[in-house]
Order: sequence, then structure tokens, then C-alpha cells
Amino acid sequence: MDMSHIRNFCIIAHIDHGKSTLADRIIEKTGLLTDREMQNQVLDNMDLERERGITIKSQAVRTVYKAKNGEEYIFNLIDTPGHVDFNYEVSRSLAACDGAVLVVDSAQGIEAQTLANVYLALDHDLDVFPVLNKIDLPSAEPDRVAAEIEDVIGLDASDAPRISAKSGLGVEDVLEAIVEKIPAPTGDSSAPLKALIFDSIYDPYKGVIVFVRIMDGTVKKGTPVKFMATGRSDEVVEVGYFGAGRYIPCDELTAGMVGYITASIKDLKETRVGDTVTNSEKPCEEALPGYKKVNPMVYCGIYPADSAKYPDLRDALEKLQLNDASLTFEPETSAALGFGFRCGFLGLLHLDIITERLEREYDLDLVTTAPGVVYKVYKTDGTEMDLTNPANLPDPSEIEHMEEPMVSAEIMVSTDYLGAIIGLCQERRGVQTGMDYIETTRVMLKYDLPLNEIIYDFFDALKSRSRGYASFDYELKGYAPSQLVKLDILINKEYVDALSFIVFKDSAYDRGKKMCEKLKNEIPRHMFEIPIQAAVNGKVIARETVRAYRKDVLAKCYGGDISRKKKLLEKQKEGKKKMRAIGSVEVPKQAFLSVLKLDDE
Amino acid sequence: MMNKKPLAVYIHIPFCEQKCRYCDFLSGQGSEQLKLSYFRALMHEIGHTDGSHYIVTSVYIGGGTPSCVQSMYIVKIMDALRARFEFAPKAEISMEMNPGTVRKTSLADYKAAGINRLSIGLQSTHDDELRRLGRIHDYRTFLNTYELVRSRGFDNVNIDLMSSLPKQTMEKMEKSLERVIKLGPEHISVYSLIIEEGTPFYRLYEKGELELPDEDTEVKIDRMVRRTLLEHGYERYEISNFARPGYECRHNLVYWSRGDYLGFGIGAASLLGHTRFSNTRNIKKYIEANGMSETNVQKLTVNDEMGEFMFLGLRKVAGVKEEDFENYFGKTMREVYGPILEKQLGMGMLTYKNGRWAFTEKGMDVSNTLMADYLLD
Repeated sequence: MDMSHIRNFCIIAHIDHGKSTLADRIIEKTGLLTDREMQNQVLDNMDLERERGITIKSQAVRTVYKAKNGEEYIFNLIDTPGHVDFNYEVSRSLAACDGAVLVVDSAQGIEAQTLANVYLALDHDLDVFPVLNKIDLPSAEPDRVAAEIEDVIGLDASDAPRISAKSGLGVEDVLEAIVEKIPAPTGDSSAPLKALIFDSIYDPYKGVIVFVRIMDGTVKKGTPVKFMATGRSDEVVEVGYFGAGRYIPCDELTAGMVGYITASIKDLKETRVGDTVTNSEKPCEEALPGYKKVNPMVYCGIYPADSAKYPDLRDALEKLQLNDASLTFEPETSAALGFGFRCGFLGLLHLDIITERLEREYDLDLVTTAPGVVYKVYKTDGTEMDLTNPANLPDPSEIEHMEEPMVSAEIMVSTDYLGAIIGLCQERRGVQTGMDYIETTRVMLKYDLPLNEIIYDFFDALKSRSRGYASFDYELKGYAPSQLVKLDILINKEYVDALSFIVFKDSAYDRGKKMCEKLKNEIPRHMFEIPIQAAVNGKVIARETVRAYRKDVLAKCYGGDISRKKKLLEKQKEGKKKMRAIGSVEVPKQAFLSVLKLDDE
Repeated sequence: MMNKKPLAVYIHIPFCEQKCRYCDFLSGQGSEQLKLSYFRALMHEIGHTDGSHYIVTSVYIGGGTPSCVQSMYIVKIMDALRARFEFAPKAEISMEMNPGTVRKTSLADYKAAGINRLSIGLQSTHDDELRRLGRIHDYRTFLNTYELVRSRGFDNVNIDLMSSLPKQTMEKMEKSLERVIKLGPEHISVYSLIIEEGTPFYRLYEKGELELPDEDTEVKIDRMVRRTLLEHGYERYEISNFARPGYECRHNLVYWSRGDYLGFGIGAASLLGHTRFSNTRNIKKYIEANGMSETNVQKLTVNDEMGEFMFLGLRKVAGVKEEDFENYFGKTMREVYGPILEKQLGMGMLTYKNGRWAFTEKGMDVSNTLMADYLLD
């Protein structure tokens, strides 16, 4: 198939505007193979795949569309992770595309992510055309939203398909528009190989499967390839493309195509997203721009609730890392929690995904400590350190100054809640850098904010203070000096290392106080009184007390039936097992997360 | 026959005139026909028991309200038991009764059947409290019953009271206690109200409509109860039980000391050696099976038994004896529970004297928490 019949594109949208529904419809309304492919032996290969029981969860799908002009087009739909944690991955996926379909909810209109995504797509020189979704909603205002798209983004929305991805209405128009408005790829199949890695996954049968967009050149079985950033060289074992739900091997991938290559690679770290694959015997002159090594932004300690499960946790993390090169972990020890790992994540969502997978797929009961960002500590001896664990903060006398990571955030909000959101940003130490009226009732706020102020619950606070009407997007913006201190928590006079966190100096008292109040509610009453204290540099700044309970249920006699009493005691004992002993105090594992929920009242 | 093993027997009578609003015991109203069928099955169950290896040291007829069924049923049950078991000469034979359900003639029947200990459910001497609890009697009715019982020569009588009742105050509890003490029963039980799931009280509690005394008041009331009873010669021998010396309920002590006991009737629980078992809790099934519906057999492991030994034994004010533990298990109590005993001793919850471990008064108050430590995996 020549390049003029290939369309490489992605769908971009604000969350819940219908991106995945539209993707599903496109896959449904198109075919798996071209007529010519169907006559070849492709199906045999596919059966083989099926026998080996491989199902793929792909970032990309290749489908075949027979257009109204009677010709067949290959659509490569490349999925983009929809969250700021994965911004870099998004940018690499966009770089693999030639155009983008912008889905806008015709009831809600443009949101913060809509804009962020459009700008990101335009940055990558993609041709973007809009689609108005959910036109069957009673509250749909497609004309208003079309005007908004033209005014705010400057895209022509006059002939934007008006569709309902849910019912399938108008999806044909989208398919035609993809043919007409998304440009065909360009490139030279006879030039030296130059392919962009936009994803890679680990498969127990094939090893690492590298997802590529071929910019120039050709790759086939036996091609000697080199990964330019990591320097690894290999011989290609298989090339192919992505059917819906399966890999379809093919003879070669040429310029403009999207597909996969395998080369007996066992370690995902060798095939980093954004790297360029070339032919090691006939290399291209320079790698594709934009590659960077992603570093974790958020760290937390992860401990098994049952300390005997430590080896299981290690195995599970190793397995997850096979498919997630951005997850990092190293062993650490906590006096309160025992043996565990300090883990690094791209963001809080990434953290949530990993902990949920650990709990669900690996059946682990976890205790997680408060997530923190990476601070830079400049010491008086002239050295510099990255601080990922509050416990490692040097003595204050050794610290010259500290810096914290900043983000620039865009928040779209209706004017009704403008005051509330500005208030929120100020509480979070935000500095306003812009305020633009999108319409008379909607404003785009721009703020510089410390990352540590938004990782915990900023999004929730934003939603609740705007009754759900604010949307939000951010990107990292380097480090800035800041007055930071370590807040320690003492339970029954004992320091609990796992509860320490770094906090802006002026917020220490408030946070400490809230933390104590929160812990007071989380820690069950004991047979003795328990003081809970917050301290900075050894000085107590806040205190609460968990009162002792003086009486528990006195039992009656059930005619010799002790089963109920026994059950009650067993329940009590099980409850205790789920606790962590801090001295003689039993602390439930949720307490270690309470720092996260300081603002939910 | 020689070397017969002592045995305690429990008989469950699941009938009441009306269910109290806090009660979650296996009981309810029943037609005369149902009662007849039930007792037929009960007699069958007793009649098919091989009692030849045992000597009965106590019988406890509980419920429900055993006094709300015709007294001839009670008489027949006692006859049936005596036909299957040898009784110790001074066997303690208790029966529960509620005020307002007792007739003169019944008392004569009970006496003739050998019942020598009566336990009367009074709960409170205040009519408003009784009404709130859903009791069918008032204080006056109780007085009549009590007088009747005494006049028929019953000389071992228990009166049940409840504390922590909705709207209860120190003064009200003092008054109830004063009145009861004046009557001079041999034994007094004071149970804290427990809000049990599935009861009308639970629903009120969930809705926040049950005005229970706060914890400090409760503790104060409990202390007052203990002090007052002791001043009047009632010694506390278990968490909720007080008696004049020599009048402790021997039957209940068997439960707490893990002696052998055999239960008859629905839901009745038994412990024989290393096995616990209990009857079906479904009255229909029980009747259909003609009383032969033993279910829920649990073979106890050594760890089970050790846990039971401790948490049942520690209910007694006298506590648990190291020697008994070692004789039964072949291990010392310290080997198994050393760190826990030391910890609770250090917290002032436990005392150790003459080879016995026992909860202190403070420990008794939080016994649930403390007992949980003794369960083994």
C-alpha cells in the first residue's frame, strides 16, 4: 500500500468527552485487513498467534477503511494516555501521528484539557480537525460550541462532523473526514532507517515489543537495528502491525507505516519511548528530536501490611517494572513500617495505578506513606542532593537552602467560581501569571504552583469548590527556592518516621494541626491515653489526645454457646493484625495516608 | 458404674410471651401446637442420649422464658433427664423465669421436679425503663412473683438487673439496686445492655434515637454497683455475676472452666472433651428431625483450647490457675502466653497471686480487648 493511503492519527479530548467511545466506533466500522492481505497467508500467522493465546493491549490499532471514493485506506489510530502524569508519553505518541481528531462535548464545550491537548498537537505540527460529540444530549449546543472552537482555538468548525459516538450517529462522516483532512505521511522508504519508538511493552513470548512509526527507510526480519539513545544493537526477529486485539506479522514496515518490531530484547529499559531506531549498518545521520529520559516526579514508601510479604512485594514490583520503565523502586527500612520500598512515579495517578495493581493483581495488602516530590537540597558544604525521602533530610544546620519543583497550571473555570478557585490557588502558594476570558462566563486562569501543593488533593479541591465546573492541566516548570521544613509526627511520644513530610514553613502549623486531628480520628482508642504531636525541628507545634476507653462490652452468657464471643474476639484480633504497632499503640494502616486527606472537610 | 464424669446439662426453651426489644436470644412467641411439637422433639432428643458415663452435677433450664410454658413440660423434661442420667446428690438445678408468667401451681411443680434455683429476670425496678425495654411486667408484678417464689421455699434465687439502659442515671440504678438488695436474693447478675444487630434497639441506635448513658457515666455506675453489692455481702465472681459466698452459679462456672456440658433443644451448645457441637437453630428443622439434628461439630485444636481456657477462665474473678493449664496441656502458661501476661501485668490489667492470673477491676472493664490477645492462630 502506498503512503497516500495511510492515515496516522490520534484522538484528543478532555476527559469524558467521548474519546474512547469514538475509538471503539471507528474500529467497529472499519475492517481488520485489506482485500489483498486477505488473499495472502496473513490469516495463518494470526491463527498461530491465537493458539499461543496472545492477546494484546495495544497503544495503537490498525484498521482498514473503504472510503466513499471506493479506495481502501489504512488507519493507524494511536492512543494517547489522557493524563498529565504521562505528558512525555503523550508527546511521543503525537509525534508518531500526522493529524488529530479533536473531540469536543457539544454540551460542555472547551475544557482545560481540550486546549492543552490541542496546543500539544499543534506543537507537533499535527493537522487537527474538530468533531462535535454528544449532539443527542438535550443540553447539546453544537452551534455555540462550534463558535467557541473557532474563537478560542482558531480551528475551522463550520463543517465539523456532528455526531453521537454513543449511538454511532455521524461516525461515517468522521471516517471520511479522516481521509480528507488528515494528511498522508511523508518519508523515503529507501533512505536509512529512522523510526520513532512511541511505546514498548514486555511480552513473555516475544520479549520486548517495540511500537514504532517509520519516518524513513524500511525494516524487516533480519535488519540489524540500533537504538540510538541506549546504544543497544539487535537483529530484528519479527515486524508487524496491530490488528484490533492481536499482532499481525508482515514482511516489512516502510516509511509512513506504524507497527511493531521484536528483537529478543528482555529489558524494557533498552527501548525507551522517544528513542530512534535505525539500521546499524546504514545508520541515519541524526536521531529524531524530542527524546528524553523520564524521571519520577513523585515518591512514596510502599510497605507490605504483613511484613512476611516483603519478598512478594519485591517480586510484584519487578514484574510491574517489566512493563513500566518509568516505575523505580529501591529497598528502604522504616522503624514504624519495617521493610519496604521507596518507589518513584511519574505522578499521583501513576502511583494510584501501581498501588492498585499491586493490591488487585498481586493480592498484596499495602501500607503507603504520604507521597512527596523530589526536593533539591543545597548543603553548606557546597554539595547538592535530591531528596526523595523526608527521613533523609540533613540536619538544618547543614542546609544552605532548598528548592522545590514548580508547575505552570491552566485552570478553566466559570466566572461563578472564579473567586473560589483563585482563593484555592492562593492557599496553595500559587502565583497568577495570566487570566483570560474565553467567553463572558468562562475564564482561563494561569498559575505557577509548587508541585507539592497539587499532588495530594488539588484536583479534588478544585472540583468541589467549583462544583465540578473547573478543569485543570499543568506542566512542569523547573525548580524554585523555597522555605521548607520537615514536619514530624509523634504518637505516644514516639517519632513515626513514616509520617514525616516536607512542608512549606508557613504551612507547618496548619498542616501539623490538621494532621494531629486526622490521626486522632484514625487511631482507635486504647486502654491508655495517647498524645499525638506534630513537631518541627524537635519543637512541638500541635497536639491532640486520643482518650483512653474505660470500658468495652461486658459479656452475657449464651447458655454455653461461646461461638459468638469467640467470633467477636477473633474479629478484634484480626483488626489488630491490620494495625501497625508504634510502641504500644496500634495504628491502622489508613492513618499513614491521612496526610493525604488534610483538606477534605 | 465407677468413674463417671461430671456433666452439666442445658435445656433450651425458646418461647416467650413477647420478645423484648433488646433481645437477640434464640426465642420468640409460639402457638400451643408448636410448643407441643417442640417438647415432643426435645423429649426424644433427651431419650436418645446415652448418659451412662456421666453424673449430672447441674441442670440449667434457660430460654426464652421457661416459666411461660406449662409446668408439666418442665416436669417431664426433668423426668426424662433422670431416666437417662444419674444425678449427683446435691445437683444444682436452675430455671429462668420472668415476672408475670408464674403461677402458684407451677411453682409447686418446679419444686417437685427438683428445681432448686430460680433466676428471675427483673432488669429494672423502674416501670418506665421496663416499658422501654419491652418487658411484659412492671415492678409490682415482679414483687408478687418474688414473694410467691420465696413463700414456696425456694432458697437460692437470682435476680437479673441491667445497666447502661437508655436514659439511665446513677440515681435510678442506685434505686434499683437498693430495692433488690433489700429483698435479699442469694445471687444478683448485672449485665450491661448490649445493642445487638437485628433487634429493635439496634435500629433505634442506628438512627441515634437511643439515649444511652455516656461512657463516663457507665463506668461510674458500674463502680457504684460493684461497691454497693460488696458492701452488702455480694461478691463479684465473674464479670457480671455477684453472689453471697457459696451461692455462685455452679452451672455457669462449668462453662467458664471448660467442664463437659451437654445442651438439649434448638441452638443448644455442648462441649464434650475436645469437641464442641450445637443443635440447629431452626425450630422447624429441629422438630422435623425429632430433636436429632446435631450440627456444627467443631473438633478443637490445642490452640483453640488454650485460647478458650484463657478467655473463658479470665471471666472469673478468681482467674486461671497455672497448674490447671499445665495439667491439661502439658505446657506451662508462661511458655505459651509469657509476653502477653507480662504486658497486661505491666499495664495493671492483670494480677498474679499464688499461681493464679486474674484480671484486675480495670482489666475486667476492658476484658474484650485483653482476651483477644489470648487467641492463637
